[in-house]
Amino acid sequence: MGMDSTLAVQLLIQGVLLGGVYGLIAIGLSLIFGVMGIINFAHGQMMVMGMYISYWIFVLLGIDPYISLVAVAAAIFILGWLIQYTVVNRILDYPEAMQVLPLVSIGLILENAALMLWGPDHRSPQTALGLDSMWVGPIMVDTSRLIAFVLAIIITFLIFIFLKKSNLGKCIRAASDNRTGAVLVGIDVDRIYNMSFAIGAATTGAAGCLLVPLLPISPHIGHDFTLTAFIVVILGGMGNLLGALVGGVILGVAE
Amino acid sequence: MLNVRDINVFYGDMQALRGISLEVKKGEVVSVIGSNGAGKSTLLRAISGILRARNGTISFNDRNITNAHSAGIVAAGISHVPEGRQVFPNMTVKENLEMGAQFPHMKKAATATIEEVYSFFPRLKERLGQNAGTLSGGEQQMLAMGRGLMSLPQLMMLDEPSLGLAPLLVSTIFEIIEKINQLGTSILLIEQNVFQSLKISHRGYVLENGTIALSGTGEALLENPHIRKTYLGL
Ligand SMILES: Nc1ncnc2c1ncn2[C@@H]1O[C@H](COP(=O)(O)OP(=O)(O)O)[C@@H](O)[C@H]1O
Ligand SMILES: [Mg+2]
Repeated sequence: MGMDSTLAVQLLIQGVLLGGVYGLIAIGLSLIFGVMGIINFAHGQMMVMGMYISYWIFVLLGIDPYISLVAVAAAIFILGWLIQYTVVNRILDYPEAMQVLPLVSIGLILENAALMLWGPDHRSPQTALGLDSMWVGPIMVDTSRLIAFVLAIIITFLIFIFLKKSNLGKCIRAASDNRTGAVLVGIDVDRIYNMSFAIGAATTGAAGCLLVPLLPISPHIGHDFTLTAFIVVILGGMGNLLGALVGGVILGVAE
Repeated sequence: MLNVRDINVFYGDMQALRGISLEVKKGEVVSVIGSNGAGKSTLLRAISGILRARNGTISFNDRNITNAHSAGIVAAGISHVPEGRQVFPNMTVKENLEMGAQFPHMKKAATATIEEVYSFFPRLKERLGQNAGTLSGGEQQMLAMGRGLMSLPQLMMLDEPSLGLAPLLVSTIFEIIEKINQLGTSILLIEQNVFQSLKISHRGYVLENGTIALSGTGEALLENPHIRKTYLGL
């Protein structure tokens, strides 16, 4: 293999690896859209909250983001549940144009909360594997990118299993497939909506943890990620979870 | 068993039901017939808690369920097989049926109930791994009825189950409704297929412009000159 093609393959792999994480962010957005038909314009900001929590757990307790991931996902799950319960559930029947503003506002509130709590600085923690890289033949890959990708795939896979096999997952699919049908069999659709939004939030929170070693955190990167997730979801087809993963990889490579 | 007393139901400012009263006794098949837009589906939606009656009461087994949530009404033993079937298109036939059993006692019985559903509708068994969205209209109707049976209803409400089906299939559906009734489930049947539904009904109501215009036994209604002229074209 020549120099150029080696470099190209390396960039391609870096892109695919990062794309897996984009895919995970987008899966959360896609799940929320698939179930409620609502676009979560605060999605990236929720992810940034996850990044900060993960960052502070690392700085204060020395726990690596990969380890704190479950706790962070749980925290963002609760944040998502509260947002759904207090705001989103009230605007579900509004026309689409009227749903944008409340969600954009939540994004702004989260962004400014981060700014107030932690200031505008870019923060890059030196995690254990932060700058490591490894050679696969002539190709060099960042270890933390590889781990992020693998974990993103594992989490995606777990979400699929959850939706396919668990009772709650099936109820989520039912409510997403046909709301009237779900109400008539006795599913508490409001509860399903709360859970779906919270799970979508937890997913993006987990993705935030995976990104902590990869890029500097600041309060303002949230909307870029909302946009990224939105593009990925459109690439993969609205509400199509597998498409979101593929879309993530495509965008990762394209960047 | 089901007692609807003087209910008024609105869509916004538009009144769809005006002082409707109706009763289904244990073991009965009761039909509500009426032309398009008369308010038949609205009546079922009010009973199953999708819509709220502005006044009047709905009770089931002497319990007031007027303001109960849909889930509570299902748990109490009423199942609503809705207009347009409302199956879950991206879930398999088996998953659709499983979704019909939401509460513990239904889940416990689910394996046996699914077998019973397959005995009514062998076609569903052949298609159990297929997504509901790929089924024909008739098969989706069978699936919606099967799903409705999974909640072990004491009262099953069916909204135009024969709509859009081939004549042979229509007869099958009516036969199965009779069979379900003979096995102990009361039936509230909404139909535009007036002849077939009154034939299998103990009693019937005629709904016109949101009010009950006429009621009586199935036989009496079939003989009624107004019904013969307006609904049977005789
Ligand atoms: N979702 C709705 N919003 C407003 N009006 C409705 C709605 N559904 C039905 N209607 C009106 O209520 C009346 C009764 O409708 P419906 O109960 O569906 O009649 P049927 O089932 O007998 O054909 C009709 O005039 C219909 O236009
Ligand atoms: Mg109707």
